[in-house]
Order: sequence, then structure tokens, then C-alpha cells
Amino acid sequence: MTHRHKLWAAFVLLACLHALVFFAGFFAPYDFATQNRDLTFAPPTRIHFVDAQGRFHARPFVYGLRNDPASAGYSVDQTRVYPIRFFSRGSTYRFGRVFPSGLHPFGVDDPGRLFLMGSDAFGRDQFSRFLYGGRISLMAGWIAAALSLLIGMIVGTLAGFYGGWIDHILMRGGELFLALPWLYLLFAVRAALPLHIAEWQVFLLLVAVMGLVGWARPARLIRGVVLSAKERNFVLAARGFGASDMHVICRHVLPQTWGVVLTQMTLLIPQYVLAEVTLSFLGLGASEPIPSWGTLLAALQQYYVLSSFWWMFLPAILLLPVFLLYYAAADALQERLASVPL
Amino acid sequence: MQRVPFWNCCVLVAAATLLIGSAGAQSHPAEERMVAEVSSGRTGGRLVIAMRSEPKTLNPVLAQDAPSRDVIRCLTADLIHINRGSQKTEPALAKSWTASRDGRQYTLRLRRGLRFSDGQPLDADDVVFSFQVYLDEKIDSPERDLLVVGGKPISVEKVDQYTVRFDMAQPDAAAERLFDGIAILPRHLLEGVYRRGDFANAWSVSMAPAEFAGLGPFRLKEYVPGQRIVLERNPYYWKQDGSGHRLPYLDQLVFLFVPSEDAQVIRFQAGDADILTRFSAENFAVLEKQQSARHYHLDDLGAGLEYNFLFFNLNSVDPKTLPEIARKQEWFEDKRFRQAVSGAIDRDSIVRLVYNGRATPLWTQVTPGNRLWIDPGIPHPALSVAHSRELLRSAGFSWKSDGSLVDSHGRPVEFSILTSSSNAQRVKIATLIQDDLGKLGMSVQIDSLEFHTMVDRLLKSHDYEAAVMGLVSGDADPTSEMNVWMSSGDTHLWHPNQTQPATSWEAEMDRLMQQQLVELDHSKRKRLYDRVQEIVADELPVICLVSPNILVGASDRVGNFHAAILDPYTLWNIDQLYVQ
Repeated sequence: MTHRHKLWAAFVLLACLHALVFFAGFFAPYDFATQNRDLTFAPPTRIHFVDAQGRFHARPFVYGLRNDPASAGYSVDQTRVYPIRFFSRGSTYRFGRVFPSGLHPFGVDDPGRLFLMGSDAFGRDQFSRFLYGGRISLMAGWIAAALSLLIGMIVGTLAGFYGGWIDHILMRGGELFLALPWLYLLFAVRAALPLHIAEWQVFLLLVAVMGLVGWARPARLIRGVVLSAKERNFVLAARGFGASDMHVICRHVLPQTWGVVLTQMTLLIPQYVLAEVTLSFLGLGASEPIPSWGTLLAALQQYYVLSSFWWMFLPAILLLPVFLLYYAAADALQERLASVPL
Repeated sequence: MQRVPFWNCCVLVAAATLLIGSAGAQSHPAEERMVAEVSSGRTGGRLVIAMRSEPKTLNPVLAQDAPSRDVIRCLTADLIHINRGSQKTEPALAKSWTASRDGRQYTLRLRRGLRFSDGQPLDADDVVFSFQVYLDEKIDSPERDLLVVGGKPISVEKVDQYTVRFDMAQPDAAAERLFDGIAILPRHLLEGVYRRGDFANAWSVSMAPAEFAGLGPFRLKEYVPGQRIVLERNPYYWKQDGSGHRLPYLDQLVFLFVPSEDAQVIRFQAGDADILTRFSAENFAVLEKQQSARHYHLDDLGAGLEYNFLFFNLNSVDPKTLPEIARKQEWFEDKRFRQAVSGAIDRDSIVRLVYNGRATPLWTQVTPGNRLWIDPGIPHPALSVAHSRELLRSAGFSWKSDGSLVDSHGRPVEFSILTSSSNAQRVKIATLIQDDLGKLGMSVQIDSLEFHTMVDRLLKSHDYEAAVMGLVSGDADPTSEMNVWMSSGDTHLWHPNQTQPATSWEAEMDRLMQQQLVELDHSKRKRLYDRVQEIVADELPVICLVSPNILVGASDRVGNFHAAILDPYTLWNIDQLYVQ
């Protein structure tokens, strides 16, 4: 596969993933907060084609679960069949955040439940929570990455272009930020926040702090590119013709940094998604009942979850391809940039 | 002058001990040992216990944290002790006592011939010295408050070498229970330090074992920072079993520092620790499966004395600094609002989902574990969203078309519940409450904060709206709850440290708590405390939710293991435990 194909494949898959997450309300069969208090820690629902009497059903179906006091678990209730309905009506959400809708790609009739990835301690559908959780985690990744790149670009360009004492001050300042223990900084910020502000504001603030602290590394890279770019003949020529600094930076220098910025973006997004996962894992991120990938993993901190319910690992396993996709995209992007002369 | 011959005698006995060896010490003529109600046990061996954090000090006067207290209880003894099994008092270092008719004077007679773990004898001077230290305002012992009765510290007087008299400003119904946990200190080791004003630094965890002497079943052997503390048998311990054998049975007791509950469970499962105290119902389920294969057994002792509850901020907050909270207090202060909240919370779900069924739903602060004090007449209203809606409507609340609740000014009912992020169970309780109150149209947010940050907000800045918390009574007797139910108390959580009771029902609770304190007749006291429970159940300053069961586990090789629902749950009879 050529790098061009690789790049396209990675981007198409990433686009699919983001669509799934963005339209979580549509794709998820249930609301992320709906509790099924009789079905806590239910294993992933089995999808059948053949029922207990050996009859074949063209439409796949599921069975209900019954609490089994003897084994402190569940037993399958085979007395009733719940066929899977495609494009069924379910919990209401806002399609594209505007039009209320109850349409979902698949679902089963009440009181049956279809838990593709099992249920959690409150009987909430893990699959729906995984999709909804991506909203917070991916958004955190994008915002924080954009923020740190923006600052990194401004600082890196100024430092690289002007050099001298400006370069010194900006880069030493950046080193200060590199040495900052961001986790403790976040703990401090969280403790200082008042309680009245809404949860999403807390979240945005945390993301902003993450992004603001992380600008130093991209700034260094961009400074390097700018340093070499400003010595190029056409840049020197433009300056010789008397172009202003602003014009030279915007017209000739910055376009040369796009490659670095794009690769950095694809590298930084998963890095900040991971940072959000870490924060939520430590209880600093989104609070109940709003899911994020980190809070889904946080359940695994408890020994009994770890040792008793294997399906609680599924979110962790599903995160691997997400990160791999991003890194594959970054990789392909870099190869492509290396082969195309600037 | 009388002391001189006694000291001579001691030196003689000590010399004789040196010559004859340990057999001489055991046949000490005047030693009045206590006979414990056990007869079987094997001497020797060691027991390993996993402990959640390191003890901060081994100074019994200053210890506040649970790990310190657990270790200190194995090293020291008190005059009158609360038997954790029977929940009643029993003689300890004092072999008997009499109370004056007005209940204000207690005369305690000490056992004769007892020795500290370094071989020095115990007498009334040690007792007087100990109480002097505990009552010293400069030392500021956490136990001091208990020893101040009717506003005046208990006065302690030596009558003769083995008799001590205690005088109190007013009768105290639970006076005998005051002595529990007041460790008798060796005057010969600590008086010098105390006079120099250096007592606060005495008996730190890192002291040399020779600096320490106590009257408990064990004495200090070794402390390895970050790893363990090792205790060894006290050869002078003053209890014996039914067959005349000197207790304790164990040679060594090792406390391992294992930082989290899950890690403790894993160590216990692997057989590295012999006893596991107080762990979650989920871990109970995990351990239960391997019970016989791994040679341990688990016990569910039923409800303990812990009660978990939801409460609203009823402090008189300044509308200028905290305008939001001051505005919402209009709701919180309405009894019907609190009753509606209480009526909509599904306590059975909490028991099932948070505690795997190993808990009891509560409607007042006294748990079924407290057999002597529970008021069986407290109603247990069934979960009813309809009734709660009725109450809210009568209080002027109404619902918008989307189902959300608004108050009489049309403002949406939104508030946040504070919990401690380190307590997974309480976060879960809050999540269930959030869902339950959503059915009333209330929009509830959960803020989980680090424990100390949370307590700061609750007790100092009052910057919170509601919180889920739990309290554990130190003792079954209501006296131990004085600081919770008195409006002037530090732990009167919803509105602590009031100068004047803010409401009429708080004034009534104050009066009842004061009365039960001085009432000597048990049935009358019970009636007074029943009324306190009724007020709590009706006014709902705290909305009691659930009391978790006390869950313990022990390796099959531990003998005489009888856990109790009072702290220290598994170690209260440590002098009788043995290993097979």
C-alpha cells in the first residue's frame, strides 16, 4: 500500500469514528444515564439466530436476563424472544443537536435489553456510554491540541523569526512550562474552582489548562522550521523588496510550517485524549453521570470489577485502535510530507 | 514516707527475678490477675495484620488516626473497659469500683502487683499522672473533651496506693464508659518528659523499644518505616485464661502497611495477612468464592454503628459572600422539601447496588446494630414519588412542561451534592440519589472532592449545598454522639457550632441530649434518646440512608476469632487470639 492510500485509509476510518461519536445519540441504543437497577453488571447480551426449541429465526433476537440468587449472577430467561429491530424507536435525543428524534439503528422492545458491551454498576449500557464518552474525550483532545498548537505557533514563529533576546526569553519561558508538573497544577486548579459553575465549564477549564501548559514542545519545533525558512532565498528576496515582517511571516514563513503543524496535530490529539482519560481516571474530569473514556476505565480501579467482570475491559481494548489510527495518520502524513518538496 | 519500703521490696523482687529467671516473675505473690473467659488456646506463633496506613504516633494521649489507635490498643490498657462483644463495661486494671449515690463520685480499686511491660510496678500514682496528662490543656488530647463533665474536668485523687477517687461536677450516666480507652501511662518513664514540656514529642513511632512501657498484651519490638511494625508478647500482662495460663497466646503481632483496601484484600487472599477488617461488599463477594480453597472464612456481622446520610446546608450563610447558597436555603430550610427528598430516595436500591445487599436501610441515626438504643417505633415510610410530589406542591413548587421542578419564584431547582472522591461507595450513593431526584424534576450535580477539601467546605467555609457523608459512633452509648446532636457541637454537620439553637427542634434536641447525659435511670434515658431519634426522622436535618454491614475475614488458622461491631472490630480480643 502506498503512503497515499495509507493516509486516505487512516483519514476515512478516523472520520467514521468521529461520526459515530458525534452522532452518539443516534447510534447508541440507550441514553448514557438510563439506569437498569435490576441489571447491574450484566454481561454482553448474546445475539441468537436459533432459539431454545431449535427453530431458526431470520431476524436475530436476544433473550432477557433474570436475577439468579443462587449464583449471585444472572440466568437467561428463554421464555420470551426479543427480536432485534432495525431503525427502531428508542430514547429521545437531538439529531444534529437540533431536531429531537427517537430513531436508532438497532434496538429491542422493552423490557428486553441489548447490551453490546455489557452494563456497569448501575445497569447502564456500556456501549452507549462508550459512544457518548468519546464526545468528551475527543473534544478534549481537539480543543487542547488546537490551543497548544496555536500558542506554540505564535511563540515559535516570533522566537524563530526575530531571534536574539526575544528568542531567549520565549524559549526559556517554554522550558519553564516543560518542567511544570501539569498534573499537580490541575489538582490545584480543580481545588480552587467554586462549586457553582457547571460541570462542562470545569471540564473546559481543565482542558484549557492542559492546552496552555503544553505549548512549549510544538513551539520549539515550529521555531526550528521558521529558523530555516527565514533563510530561504525567496524569503530573503521578499525582504529585499521591502516586505513588512507581518507580510513575510504570513505569506512566506508560516505556510512552510503547515506540515509540522498538521503532523503535530495528529500526534497531540491522541496525547491529550490520553491526558483526559488520565484525569477522569483520577476523578478530576467529567463527573457522574456524564461518561468519558477515562471514567469508563476508572471502574477498573476496583479489584472486584477487575477480577469479576471481563466486559469492563472492553472500553480499554477499543481505545487501542483509536490511538493506532491517529498514529497511523500522523505516520502517513509525515511520509507524504517528506516525499513532497515544500 | 510510706513508699520507701515498697521500693525496697521492688528492688528485691527484681533481683530475685534476675536470679531465678522467668519462673520467679510468674509466682509474684501479690499479683491479682484477671481471668478471661477463654480456656483454649495455643501459645506461640505470630499473627499478621494488614493496616491501611502507618500509625502517626504511639502516644496514646495524642493519637487521633485509626491506625495509631489500633496499634496503641494492643500496647496499653485502661481502668474500666467496654467489652466489644457484650457492649457492656467490665473491670480491667480496676478490679472493682463504687459510685456514690448522687452519681458524682467514683472510687476505683486497682489490681495489686501489676507491672508495666518493662517490669516496673503499677500503682495509683501512675493513674493520677495519666489523668493529669490527659486533662492538661496544653497537651490538648482529643480525649480531653470526654473527661470534662458538666463544664469541669474530672478531678482525680489518690486515696491509697491502690485506690483512686474521681469527682465530677455533675452525674454522668455513662461515667463508667469514660474510662475506656484512657491508657494508663508509666509515670517512671514519662513524668520527666512531661515536666520538661516535651510530652508532645514523646513516644513517636520511631522511638527505641526500651523507651516504651505499657500495660497492654504486647510491647513494641521493631518499627520499619514504610513496611511494618512488630509487637511482641508482654511477659507481665495481667490477664490469664481459665486454666491459669498467662495471656496473650501470641508471641508476635505484625502490622503490615498496605496502602489500599484492594491491596489488603489481595494480600489476605494470598495468605500474607491473617485478618481482614472492614472491607467492601464487592470484595466480600470476590473473596467468598474461594473461601474454602484458600483456607479462610468470612463473617458478615450485620449492621455496625456507621450511618450514611444526605444533608443540606442549613448554616446561616452570608447572602453577600454566598448568594446562590443563601437563595437555595429557602428550599433546604423547608421541612417539606427535605421530606420530599427523603421520600423519593430508593434506599433498597442503595443497599442492593452499592452494598450488594450487605447493608440495612435507615430512617434515623441509630442502626439495628445498636441493640440497646434503637427505637423500634420509628416509621419506615415506603418509597413514594407521588407522595413527594404532593409535599413539594404543598410547599409551593411546581413543574414546567418538560418535567423540571421550579420553586414559587419560577426558579429551577438545581443543587449539587458533595462527596469524598476517595469513597467509591458514597459516590455511588450520590449517583443513585441524583437519578432518584431526577424523577422529582430536580437537577442534581455531583461534586466529588478530596476528603480534606470536602470537610473544609462543610465545616469551615460552608460553601456547599448538600453532601453525602457517613459517621461512625465510637460507642453504642448516645453520649458518644453528643457533638453531633448538640447544636453547639463541632460535628453538628448541617449547622455546626451554634451559639443559640437556630430552630425550636434543635433546642429540643439540645435539651434531650443534656437530660439523657445526667439521667441515671436507663429506661428514662432510653425514652429521651428515642425522642431524639423521632426528631431526626421527622425534621430530617440529616436524611439517613443506609448502614453498611461489618464485614470481616480471618485465616482458618486463627483461633478464638470473635469479631464485634464496635471498633476495633476484629482486634478487640487480641490477647485471646491464637494460631494453630
